[in-house]
Amino acid sequence: MSQYTAVHGEKVSLLRVLGPGHVWALGVGIVLVGEYMGWNFAVGKGGALAALIACWAAGMLYTCVAMIDSEVTSTVAAAGGQYAQAKHIVGPLMAFNVGLFLVFAYTMLEAANAITLGYLVQTVGGMAGFADTHDKPFIVLTIMFLAFLNYRGVYATLTFNLVLTAIAFVAILILFASVRPWTDEVLKPHELLNGLPYGWLGVLAAMHFGMWYYLGIEGTTQAAEEVRSPSRALPLGTMTGIITLLIAATMTWYICVGLMPWEYLGQAVTPLFDAARLTGSMPLMILLFIGTIFSTLASANGCINDASRAWFSMGRDRYLPQVFGAVHPKYRTPFRSIVFLVPVALIFAYFAPLDQVITFSILSGLLEYTFMAFNVLMFRKMWPLGTIRRGYVHPFHPLPAVVLLILCSMTYFAVFLGYGTQLLAMMVFYIVASLWFAFHRYKFVKRGDQFSMPWPRPVGH
Amino acid sequence: MENLNNFQLLEYAAWGISALLGLWMLIDMIRTNRAYSEDTLLSSKEGEIEDVLVIDPPHQGGHR
Repeated sequence: MSQYTAVHGEKVSLLRVLGPGHVWALGVGIVLVGEYMGWNFAVGKGGALAALIACWAAGMLYTCVAMIDSEVTSTVAAAGGQYAQAKHIVGPLMAFNVGLFLVFAYTMLEAANAITLGYLVQTVGGMAGFADTHDKPFIVLTIMFLAFLNYRGVYATLTFNLVLTAIAFVAILILFASVRPWTDEVLKPHELLNGLPYGWLGVLAAMHFGMWYYLGIEGTTQAAEEVRSPSRALPLGTMTGIITLLIAATMTWYICVGLMPWEYLGQAVTPLFDAARLTGSMPLMILLFIGTIFSTLASANGCINDASRAWFSMGRDRYLPQVFGAVHPKYRTPFRSIVFLVPVALIFAYFAPLDQVITFSILSGLLEYTFMAFNVLMFRKMWPLGTIRRGYVHPFHPLPAVVLLILCSMTYFAVFLGYGTQLLAMMVFYIVASLWFAFHRYKFVKRGDQFSMPWPRPVGH
Repeated sequence: MENLNNFQLLEYAAWGISALLGLWMLIDMIRTNRAYSEDTLLSSKEGEIEDVLVIDPPHQGGHR
């Protein structure tokens, strides 16, 4: 118990132990589950070709996100990621909203992953001949186990994610090689592709689910305060992450549309596992089942890490009650934030329907990406190149920001087509939360204390 | 019936482990809150790359 004895005046902070591999594992780990399930609903919306166009359009959106994020975050070495960026570049109200977007996007995604894992275990139980199986015990176990892991330390948590994510990614590569894409012996894309059954409106609608290929890659920035070299590790981990996802997404699409008709693929629950089943190979089936489970676990794990860092940062700046800004002296994690978000995730995983939970997550992410476009325009204007040390400078500015805004607008419309009520309800929620912050909470914020970064004054101030 | 019982056992085990993990986190959180002053627990600063004075020497980032 000696480590529990603190000397007067000692300080605790998050532990700087992570490398670029952990950053990669955090970003790709959250997302890769989208390749294993979910992306294929885009096929149902507009056909297989529409899903490919959505895959690449969303890929463009997220490449812009990754480039912009890499530049800005290489200067903001702070937990909270986009929240900390917003605080420094835009202002408190924007920061508060971005913090909420982050917490909701990740907590909802965590809940969705736990629901999926519970469903998978229940299905396996059913297939093994057990009657009357339940998913709830496994939903709760997933959340509790991963929260426990996060509580005990970031190094073990993200090393665990690295192993899970690497195995899940390699499983996709092995499946791709096994179906021999250079021949037409297994894959029959020429027979199964049917153009655009719903035209270009179908392509637009497919954008909603095209985001699933990449949703969460921006979470790499949450590790900013725990990486050994933020200016190197964050851009490297994020950019290799988006490259990994672009490869995995395109391979996944090619495998699945070459094996399944779009009418089936558009509503499949586990498309990559189904593709493995269609090859008739038992080792591939086992491998892809493991990949499905591992990718789901890695996603939930990364989400707990990211949501708790965002909540912690807001607590530290008193945007939320300050108690959440505490760091565990032994494990060096934001332990109160981790524990507080457990019941939140449990409530959503236990009571909310999966599609609603995921839509809430997607919409929060979309709001965050819209902010990022404006954020980088302001950042370059206030701190032009040469005025602040950047670990990475993204090319073709302001083109990525403009492309990001256009693609975000298209995706809002796509989401509106399917979930208009939820979109409006969420806007109302964030407006009410903003009013609460502006008229009640902001008076508790110590305005000077929240800016401890050694940044130069912005141009014109 | 035997199969059903086996899966039920697995479900009970999942509930049990979940409860234990939750309880462990709660107890550790309460003990940590009592063992340290609030000032110490809240002493982390944004973007700080500490050179001195961090608790838990065995880990990297500890006392230098």
